[in-house]
Amino acid sequence: MSDTKKDSTYTVPIGPIHPALKEPVMFTFQINGEVVESVDFSPGQTHRGIEWMGMRRNPAQIVHLTDRICGICGVTHSICFARAVEQIMDIQVPERGDYIRTIVAELERIQSHLLWAGVAAHELGFDSLFHLAWRVREESMDVIELITGNRVNYGIVQVGGVRRDIVEEQFPRIQQCLTYYRDLADKLLHLFLHDRTIMMRCRDTGVLSYEDALHLCVVGPTARASGVRKDVRVDYPYCAYGDLSIDPVLPDQLLDEIRGDVYDRIVVRVLEVVQSVDIIQQCLDNMPPGEITWEQKIAKLLLAFKKAKGEAVGRHEAPRGEALHYVKMTGRESPYAWKVKASSYSNLISWPVMLKGEQIADIPIIVASIDPCLSCTDRVAIVRDGERSILSKEELHRLSVEKTRRLQHG
Amino acid sequence: MKPTPALNRSLWVFHLNTGSCNGCEIEIVAAITPRYDPERFGIKLVGSPRHADVLMVTGPVPKKMKERVLRVYAQTPDPKVVICCGTCGESGGVYYDSYNLDGPIDDVIPVDVYISGCPPRPEAILHGVVKAIEKLERLERGAA
Repeated sequence: MSDTKKDSTYTVPIGPIHPALKEPVMFTFQINGEVVESVDFSPGQTHRGIEWMGMRRNPAQIVHLTDRICGICGVTHSICFARAVEQIMDIQVPERGDYIRTIVAELERIQSHLLWAGVAAHELGFDSLFHLAWRVREESMDVIELITGNRVNYGIVQVGGVRRDIVEEQFPRIQQCLTYYRDLADKLLHLFLHDRTIMMRCRDTGVLSYEDALHLCVVGPTARASGVRKDVRVDYPYCAYGDLSIDPVLPDQLLDEIRGDVYDRIVVRVLEVVQSVDIIQQCLDNMPPGEITWEQKIAKLLLAFKKAKGEAVGRHEAPRGEALHYVKMTGRESPYAWKVKASSYSNLISWPVMLKGEQIADIPIIVASIDPCLSCTDRVAIVRDGERSILSKEELHRLSVEKTRRLQHG
Repeated sequence: MKPTPALNRSLWVFHLNTGSCNGCEIEIVAAITPRYDPERFGIKLVGSPRHADVLMVTGPVPKKMKERVLRVYAQTPDPKVVICCGTCGESGGVYYDSYNLDGPIDDVIPVDVYISGCPPRPEAILHGVVKAIEKLERLERGAA
């Protein structure tokens, strides 16, 4: 086998529509026997031109567009964008508004991590655990619905604050949800971390070393699972995070060593569910009274947008890692520039390193282990590629004919 | 849900994401998990369009995906029902003025059932599948 090694490499394309993928993305694997030799991937199938559309709308409209950048981490992008615009306009968000934002952001983290845990179990073929994780996730969805009025795409953030208050009657229900997850934490840790199948499939699979994690600038749980102590909530506190006691979650809280494998990524995410419950508890206990938004009236807000000049960056620790929005306003109602850097954008780049040398059967869990979110990622970066593929057909032919004519007449 | 003759067989659904924001995706998956549990009616998601009775299409169809949508539609055996799930597949929704869309979905492939909402609730999605059962039943009667 070894002497024909060079010839036995073959190419396996996976995607953009494939049962192993939840979202459209195209992978090309170079495979030798059962082992992955190299990987290339081409995202861009979900590019909707959101930034371009945003530059034609005003910030009060864009916050609702940002919800639809990604259905799983909707409030992430809303907070990033709102915070960027608030910094440009020098808006001080009322404390209560900041606390509500924090509560919703942490509830989102709980549902997103449980969602991921379910998907990871499904990729391993452990479907009963998938169903369990999604059943317990419904509890957080109920509370999100109670607070924001919607299960997905909450629309709760507005520039200057939030659109709905958390009233006194809602506190017991939120408290009940926190108790539910606190009671469940041990069971979740046991199911995910002490299961032999999960241990065998995930230990030393898809390893991303500390050096590689730093080198590739991965963010969020993917970075923390490799031992990189990085969390925007701690490094650069915003919303209510400055008032709360939080520490970045690293796998060595529970295990003896950090290996940076898929198992460590599961550990980090399950522990972060517990951490989020704690953060929401702190928020509920210290919830300040007062206004929830800087300006209730949209007309006044729109007037203020027209006076806004400057540029700013809004950051937020999404469930998948740091998300970043750059906004520039030049005294018009709509922004002059808007750039979204979603967390998965930083993490996708780690796939080739993790997948190299792994077996075909491990591809789904490794791909899923960074919790990829392609609808977040497919921003402007891909446009040129998309246009090139259009150019290659009719357009290219037309250009070619035109050039021939030009040469003939010139 | 009233028992109809269509329930004498299982309905298999292929979920096709054409560039949606993932909101509909997670609600579709939420709809197949224990709280709603449509598997008691035999409704389940399948991995290949060739096994499917129903195509559940989400997303506003960016240009890069159009050809794939057509291919998946062609691969689904007749009689089939296409469900368009979510507002952006119906009309473009918040993405109505984007430069990169070939959608809405009914500009690309014929749609039988529309489920509105951004995203629709799992209950609404199940309701849409029930509508699809009725339509499939009519199609089969017509074809027979």
